[in-house]
Amino acid sequence: MSSSDLRHTALDALHRSLGATMTDFAGWDMPLRYGSERDEHNAVRTSAGLFDLSHMGEITVTGPQAAELLNHALVGDIASVGAGRARYTMICREDGGILDDLIVYRLADTEAGLRTYMVVANASNAQVVLDALTERAAGFDAEVRDDRDAYALIAVQGPASPGILASLTDADLDGLKYYAGLPGTVAGVPALIARTGYTGEDGFELFTAPEHAEKLWRALTAAGEAEGLIPCGLSCRDTLRLEAGMPLYGHELSTSLTPFDAGLGRVVKFAKEGDFVGRAALTEAAARAEANPPRKLVGLVAEGRRVPRAGYSVVANGEVIGEVTSGAPSPTLGKPIAMAYVDAAYAGPGTAGVGVDIRGTHEPYEVVALPFYRRQK
Amino acid sequence: MSNPTDLRYSKEHEWLSPVEDGVATIGITKFAADALGDVVYAQLPEVGESVAEGETCGELESTKSVSDLYSPVSGEVTEINEDVVNDPSLVNSEPFEGGWLFKVRLSEEPSDLLSADEYTEFAGN
Repeated sequence: MSSSDLRHTALDALHRSLGATMTDFAGWDMPLRYGSERDEHNAVRTSAGLFDLSHMGEITVTGPQAAELLNHALVGDIASVGAGRARYTMICREDGGILDDLIVYRLADTEAGLRTYMVVANASNAQVVLDALTERAAGFDAEVRDDRDAYALIAVQGPASPGILASLTDADLDGLKYYAGLPGTVAGVPALIARTGYTGEDGFELFTAPEHAEKLWRALTAAGEAEGLIPCGLSCRDTLRLEAGMPLYGHELSTSLTPFDAGLGRVVKFAKEGDFVGRAALTEAAARAEANPPRKLVGLVAEGRRVPRAGYSVVANGEVIGEVTSGAPSPTLGKPIAMAYVDAAYAGPGTAGVGVDIRGTHEPYEVVALPFYRRQK
Repeated sequence: MSNPTDLRYSKEHEWLSPVEDGVATIGITKFAADALGDVVYAQLPEVGESVAEGETCGELESTKSVSDLYSPVSGEVTEINEDVVNDPSLVNSEPFEGGWLFKVRLSEEPSDLLSADEYTEFAGN
């Protein structure tokens, strides 16, 4: 795909003026990095980083039966989410395969008292999720609206981010819990302020209108300068989420896996009212996982310096016992790390004799529990 | 970005220093280093190993990918840069200086190298 076919965010010109290396990500021309991706990673761990995530797909669901629709279409109990709160959930096929992982924000009710939710999908799956929700809305008194072009999304992540954001808004950030969101004004522009992220650090995601994105970005840059905030690209976002043990669709999650196969069965709420897409298949998947544990998602830490990549075989005793789903040099650990699905017999932390086939050489790896990194609170 | 005019360049984005006493120094260009991103691991050929023009002789691993390292000349490796083995980020910070990779005693004159101007045009920078 040539650059002209790619979609550009409202901050495109700004990224170019900052000298960003751009990359095609799910059809969007996005910043991969501005300078050193290791410096960007470390800035988020120690101070703060600023991300343009406008490629994420926002879908609004509203109406008298919005909650019932989402309880039917998604595996989580969305009806139980309070106003101003958010929930990590998944949308599955009838056969239980994962279509996408999502964050659903319950916004304030409309003036007419109708429930309103914002479903945020991965860029690569936004159309699939939109189509599925639209199809599953049949028979429900609810509207599914494509709001991908209605929002720019800017994230400020890292331990310094609460202070930086507080200098630009009167919103009650202290009262804003993890996985909560509230409407507010930041740097003079309206934004939904959500305490969510994909880095393993405290931080915020700010949904605003595209025409306000540049003003918001510049204000955050100026407010964060003294704290060491720098712009960050998708490259460090990937190493940050990997260290935090967070799955990425297309790597740890796919249509060929159920949430139970991915070790995320907890997101499936069988106890909720009403039927939901995938219930029968997921009930079986849960029983299967109980009786005959599937491959388990584990962490691997290299003893050497060669980096495991997605698709590489995990080996033990000369046999293939798993597959790497994501791998990268970890800036925080100073060693290569990976997430991998391995046979249950080899999934215990410290299991001896496990290696990764790195282009023909079996390099030794230590099996560890996820995550690799947990922030100090 | 400027490519030093006293070096010669390969289309695989390596540079070759002027030959002194039959030995030349090899590294990768700033263009290549920038394209790779942060280099985290350098697997270099071993001293005494024979390398052949245009063939792979090692790997450079960055955050996002692993890339083969090609030798722009044929000959025998006389020295490798241990500083780069210990601190691969030198490839990014000083690609034309402290980030050199290995030295080769040439067995024949390389056939297909570019001048700085030609390489700059080739790499489009």
